Amino acid sequence: MKKTLFDKIWDSHVVREIPSGREVLYIDRHFIHEVTSPQAFDGLKRRGIGLRHVSKTTATADHNVPTINQHLPIKEAQSREQVAKLYANCEEFGVELYGLGHEKQGIVHVIGPELGLTKPGMTIVCGDSHTSTHGAFGCIAFGIGTSQVEQVMATNCLILARPKTMRITINGRLGKNVFAKDIILYIISKLTAAGGTGYFVEYAGEAIRSLSMEARMTICNMSIEMGARGGMIAPDQTTIDYLLNTPNAPKSEEAIAFWRSLKTDEGATFDKEYEFEAADITPMITYGTNPGMGIKITAEVPNLPNSEKSLNYMGLQAGEQLLGKQVNYVFIGSCTNSRIEDLRLVADYVKGKQKADNVTAFVVPGSKQVERQAQVEGLDKILAAAGFELREPGCSACLGMNEDKIPSGEYCVSTSNRNFEGRQGPGARTFLASPLTAAATAIAGHIVDVSLIEN
Amino acid sequence: MKPINRLTSTAVPLPIADIDTDQIIPARFLKAITREGFGENFFRDWRFHKNDEPIQDFVLNNPIYSGEILIAGRNFGCGSSREHAAWALADYGFRVVVSSFFADIFKGNAMNNGILPITVSEDFLHRCFETIEAQPNAPFSINLEKNLFINESTGESTTFEIDDYKKTCLLNGYDDLDFLLSLEQDISAFEKRQVIY
Repeated sequence: MKKTLFDKIWDSHVVREIPSGREVLYIDRHFIHEVTSPQAFDGLKRRGIGLRHVSKTTATADHNVPTINQHLPIKEAQSREQVAKLYANCEEFGVELYGLGHEKQGIVHVIGPELGLTKPGMTIVCGDSHTSTHGAFGCIAFGIGTSQVEQVMATNCLILARPKTMRITINGRLGKNVFAKDIILYIISKLTAAGGTGYFVEYAGEAIRSLSMEARMTICNMSIEMGARGGMIAPDQTTIDYLLNTPNAPKSEEAIAFWRSLKTDEGATFDKEYEFEAADITPMITYGTNPGMGIKITAEVPNLPNSEKSLNYMGLQAGEQLLGKQVNYVFIGSCTNSRIEDLRLVADYVKGKQKADNVTAFVVPGSKQVERQAQVEGLDKILAAAGFELREPGCSACLGMNEDKIPSGEYCVSTSNRNFEGRQGPGARTFLASPLTAAATAIAGHIVDVSLIEN
Repeated sequence: MKPINRLTSTAVPLPIADIDTDQIIPARFLKAITREGFGENFFRDWRFHKNDEPIQDFVLNNPIYSGEILIAGRNFGCGSSREHAAWALADYGFRVVVSSFFADIFKGNAMNNGILPITVSEDFLHRCFETIEAQPNAPFSINLEKNLFINESTGESTTFEIDDYKKTCLLNGYDDLDFLLSLEQDISAFEKRQVIY
């Protein structure tokens, strides 16, 4: 029988079926962080049990951490306590920890792939919805709740209903200054914030194949924003080249042959298929309060039913143009767009330029490795000269759990993944866009169309 | 986990689509290390002004609405996987959430905390909102054993889908981990046959 990549990996991880049709799925790799793990560790303590395989769980501190002076104690008491709790739990249970001060600390979905812990054909979970990021490597990766974090710690298994499968194909080649972020914002704008619910997505087509691993991670990362549990891209030479440069991935012929074998059979059927043309995708931006509310950056804010609440929150009116709108904050970071390629793109554009006076622009690298690489390449100096602040790694203003918040009522062009009300701080108004759009906005002081930029 | 089967209660209407978990419990309140107390900040930024004064026209601040059932617009619980959203909902006092569509992770989290998510048709949902608008203290009933959700004032009822495994868990207050721990032999056998690269 012809099978999809998703079904192949899922089938190879079924421990057993249970009568109602749910399946017990084996989980190969578990990532944890400070916010969604303490209650799970407590559950284990109450039961008096440990982790089934300590070696299959990896921890990092990212959501809560400051992005300035990470060598000093965390100022905010509750954040400090939550991070300390993670450290204590990792110590007590023997879990490998990439905490503050570790040379490879960073956002969980940035460090997993960097370390080579994310590999094709695996099942990967984390108490974080953007776990879908790891699917870029051709694995089944998805976010879970804290009860499930405890289950995976204790048994390496979850009881799940098999999602339906969807394939999204992007044909042709991308236009100038159109990036992975634009592709995924375009897809979500077409499918809506609920269009993928109940499905696991495979991204395919020439435009997807042409992307780097960093860009593929950006696409898979935002699968959850259309409600899909996860997204995946079949491994190819790009994947293998990336893995061979990581410390933990195996380098054997057998492993490489296995990775190459991971693809959807020709003629396999998906429960749903969508096809889009890369030529139709131009720089995108969101105008509303869910990631499905995206438009071409040159378009007017649409007049849709039930969008009044959203537009009120955003201080926008239907028919308005976003191009030219003054923006005082620019955030470049998050598990969506904080990798070295994103920083290179930003630095390349801002080199020799100066940010607009009205703009506060900060760049938060996804990991210490990204930060160090940026320094090696001199990107830190380029950014600083342009008036952009390069911070230390963490989730930062993507969700404003630390002190990096956008003030109430202010607009922020952000490379993160969610424009929900209050996401970047109470009252903050988020425009999601690509790193180049964010950088160009910071230089201009208002929203610009990067497709018009001369390279 | 607290079992749930039959329940009759008034309901709180929240006829807004795409309510994400950042609204249900904003990120800045996720710093607690226990499961308790999240109800205080349930829908924090929709319930309170920045100066902590209640926002009077928000439904949870309106004393004419109360009950253990929350009825919400489609795609409830989208966004972040934070189980804190389910904890906040339960801690605030809800046992049942009704919508025409739930985000996957939230739905699973709810059931793992003894909250029953009931998916009804868009039409049925709309009529529930109409019923409550006409009569804020209108009662609704749940019979999980029979998969029934009943609008008592109109007499209209609908069945809802829930798989047998999760239904048994909710009816008896079992959680997944008890069951998974009982599968030790199956898991060990799987680990022995799995080839890993």
